[in-house]
Amino acid sequence: MRYLPLTDVERGEIKKTIGISDIKELFSCIPEGECYPSLAGIPSALSEPELIATFRELGRKNRFADHLSFMGAGACSHFIPEAVSYLSGKGEFLTPYTPYQPEVSQGSLQAIFEYQTMMTMLTGLDVANASLYDGATAAAEAVLLAVRRSGRSRVLLAANLHPEYAAVIRTYVQNLPIELLTVASNETSGRVDDLDLRARLDEATAAVVFQSPNFLGVVEDGRAIAAAAHERKAYAVQVVAEAMSLAYLTPPGECGADIAAGEAQSFGLSLGFGGPYLGFMAAREEFLRQMPGRLVGQTVDLDGKRGYVLTLSTREQHIKREKATSNICSNEAWCAMRAGMYLAVMGKTGLARAAETCHLNAAYFAAAAAELKPVAVVYPANFYNEVLIEVTKGPAADFHAALKKKGILAGVPLSWFDVKQKNRLLLAFSEVHDRQAIDRLLAAMGECA
Amino acid sequence: MAQENLLFSKDHEWLRLEGNLAVVGVTDYAQHELGDVVYVDLPAVGKELKKGDPAANIESVKAVSDVFAPVSGRITEVNQNLNGTPELVNQEPFAGGWIFKIDMTQASELQELMDGKKYEEYLKGIAGE
Amino acid sequence: MTALPKLIFDLSREGKLGCGLKGADVPAKPVIAASCRRDGIADFPEVSEVEIVRHYMALARLNYSVDAGFYPLGSCTMKYNPKINEKLAAADEFQAHPYAPHDLVQGNLEIMARLEEWLIALTGMAGFTLAPAAGAHGEFTGMLIIRKYLQEKGDARKVVLIPDSAHGTNPASAHFAGYEVREIPSNARGIIGIEELRAHLTPDVAALMMTNPNTLGIFESNIISIAEALHANGSLLYMDGANLNALLGIVRPGDLGVDVMHINLHKTFATPHGGGGPGSGPVGVAARLLPFLPVPRVRKNKDRYEVEYDDPHSIGRVKNFYGQFLVMIRALAYLLALGRENVRRVAEDAVLNANYIRKKLEGKLDLPYATPTLHEVVFSDQGLPVKTLDIAKRLLDYGFHPFTIYFPLIVHGAMMIEPTETESKETLDEFITVMDTILGEARENPDLLRQAPTQTPVRRLDETLAARKPVLKWSRGENR
Repeated sequence: MRYLPLTDVERGEIKKTIGISDIKELFSCIPEGECYPSLAGIPSALSEPELIATFRELGRKNRFADHLSFMGAGACSHFIPEAVSYLSGKGEFLTPYTPYQPEVSQGSLQAIFEYQTMMTMLTGLDVANASLYDGATAAAEAVLLAVRRSGRSRVLLAANLHPEYAAVIRTYVQNLPIELLTVASNETSGRVDDLDLRARLDEATAAVVFQSPNFLGVVEDGRAIAAAAHERKAYAVQVVAEAMSLAYLTPPGECGADIAAGEAQSFGLSLGFGGPYLGFMAAREEFLRQMPGRLVGQTVDLDGKRGYVLTLSTREQHIKREKATSNICSNEAWCAMRAGMYLAVMGKTGLARAAETCHLNAAYFAAAAAELKPVAVVYPANFYNEVLIEVTKGPAADFHAALKKKGILAGVPLSWFDVKQKNRLLLAFSEVHDRQAIDRLLAAMGECA
Repeated sequence: MAQENLLFSKDHEWLRLEGNLAVVGVTDYAQHELGDVVYVDLPAVGKELKKGDPAANIESVKAVSDVFAPVSGRITEVNQNLNGTPELVNQEPFAGGWIFKIDMTQASELQELMDGKKYEEYLKGIAGE
Repeated sequence: MTALPKLIFDLSREGKLGCGLKGADVPAKPVIAASCRRDGIADFPEVSEVEIVRHYMALARLNYSVDAGFYPLGSCTMKYNPKINEKLAAADEFQAHPYAPHDLVQGNLEIMARLEEWLIALTGMAGFTLAPAAGAHGEFTGMLIIRKYLQEKGDARKVVLIPDSAHGTNPASAHFAGYEVREIPSNARGIIGIEELRAHLTPDVAALMMTNPNTLGIFESNIISIAEALHANGSLLYMDGANLNALLGIVRPGDLGVDVMHINLHKTFATPHGGGGPGSGPVGVAARLLPFLPVPRVRKNKDRYEVEYDDPHSIGRVKNFYGQFLVMIRALAYLLALGRENVRRVAEDAVLNANYIRKKLEGKLDLPYATPTLHEVVFSDQGLPVKTLDIAKRLLDYGFHPFTIYFPLIVHGAMMIEPTETESKETLDEFITVMDTILGEARENPDLLRQAPTQTPVRRLDETLAARKPVLKWSRGENR
């Protein structure tokens, strides 16, 4: 078999060297009754052409590609330059292990060092790690970090966090002495309610965790939230589900956030039906020794040559074991390298251009949608690339289904996450859309009155 | 080599008396076992500790080690020099590498520590294992 | 020796462009006020596509990889990553948005369901969650499942037992699940003794986390009686499946009494390591624990695939969306290519190769445990004139990636060697010859080892400096 290089002759030679005549002798430690179970239910081997045909068949059962999609809510389609796919697919980046032998891993290490640097530039914070699993677990790790650093146990979660992020945070803290409280959303602004925030902040608060742009697409007043938190010596944690916003809006660090954590799938990773994605975390210098995840640092070798190594490893599980800052071991390293490639290819100009296009496309849609009878734009003055609309007649899910029949996936009905939000639909706009696509969406919406 | 006038714990902390204050650090044996010290996590001034509580934390590249309070009391001072120059623990474990000072609440606990001679024997015992 | 590539930031020049996108074609003005927008990204790179490609090609040349050669890291299972799997995983027809309506992604849901079927068949567990993103994530998930199961039985417990040979993620995961960790020593045979276990089996023990085969490569042969003892105590058996490569088609953990286990797709199932990730850590459970699996779960309902999001007993969500889907595609493709004819061969060849290396090196290196080993073997540095580190660094000069060093912690100067089944006998013989050479050098001229490596792009790096004065990003004007 093509992945098994040993020939029968060689197996014979090896057995002779070891001093056995039957391979079963090597498995004599296994309880006899359970050894060599029947494999009858397992399918027969496929040749490479058969494998390709099988997956082609599976691919044909997917019909999503027939639709023009405006789906977002934590994952967004962006244009991926071919150079990114080409470079990230190279075996030298795809097939090595974690760079624990740095002398032969300078490629991976430098690529991640560059990625870390670019993430600090985008977030406006001092240090970024080498990746976490995804936006949701990154948010959870940020909660744990804030608690660890502050020594306090209460965390305020903004109501408009992505529901899956809030769910994962809850899962992560369920057996730990951490209390989670929700801060209300202001109906009129779609933002964190300032009065409720101030009412809930106290000396036991470790952090305020808010998402911006939030799950309703609204850009939060990060400065105000951070100021309120800091007055009580609590940390401000900004969660970011659409990383492209970092290239357009005032960065978290500049708004006073102490920690920024979220999802960087938008930086060159395909939608991939949800994964693998790229959790990122960046923070102020003071959090350095408490941060979870790997960190690549610069140093010199015996000849004084610049080189890179994984560093501050004493935070991690293989050394601190149960006292570690996190249990994370394998991370999303390849995704981080790929994101670094994407950011390099897009560059200062390209990234700003794409980030602006996302907003202008959303703005174009919002202005036109305001004229449409079936819908109303809920927050017309405040959004980045996601626009929340209210369907005036009937449940948004039905409206969505009608548009689906016309070959359009008009965003995500909020009722999928909260049955009380019956009339709302969240649409995402990206630089992959053009005027023609948005006009088609608007026309279809007009027809579904 | 163990210093005179010092007392020692089984976890390789040394203690020197300054009136009612106990100055605490780790021994030459400890710094050697740790390797290059890269960071010392110092306790907060004012912290109350019981004998045996972990007080500080020493990190080398590949390991982390707790420094335990050899006696009960309150931390009155920590060696801020270790923030910029953690290598003092390696270079001067008994002098410039001191870690914290404790205002003792139970001076009788000093009896439970080893003197220089006993510590040397203790080290010989470890080497023999 | 080749000069090292510059940093991408040092290649940057104002006005260079790598990106081929035009701006927006819509007649619209920004809605967000200028005061809420950033004014460009200071110091962000501006490099042409040509130079970017050359930059990363230069970085690629600095990396060793499985594609380049032997990578005998113990417990990592650095087997060959089939290239067809990359093509399948990148195919457009699978790149759906995770919120795409289920009727539009029946192919993707079927991929997940079929992978689960394979994992059930191979492990004998009753059902799997494919959500966890890595082995450690799976361990954490497994601990949460155990905790919730016991809580709902009204029998919440505080302690998890973990052997001293365990991987660091085990105690870390148990800790984050809210458990207190208690260590059990391995016995003289390198495994968990049944009497030793019984001595630790107090009423507050929720579970034992066992790696099988363990990190010494030794099969935990007491597993059936251990499982019985645990169950009699109301405790559960968790199995860390990192070393499953030794057991594929040979034995099923579910048949041995395992209640919860995780699997590493990026180890046993040939998905690429990517320089540290992404992995995927599915968790399998015994029947009585099925209700506690995290959401979402894919189910077949007659001829349709559906997704369940609400389960009152579920531990909740452990990750965004479905999991590492593109990693799952690779794993399924790998299994379909192996088929029933070859699944068992994987374990057999892995064990043959490891025992071949053991036989060839056991006269020359100290073997701390005489117990038979399966797919990996651990030697110690006992009696060597040099440190394990020095041998590892000298291997680099001969073009080999070293084995795992200094783990497991219970062996002094541990050298953990796992060749995997995807290595030819020629490669093994080459490796053994090189090890002989190096051991000879260690006796005759140990400085060659202590100064190694000298043939790599950089020599030994100052990790102390990196930790004392951390520099974790480039900044303008920074000069080292």
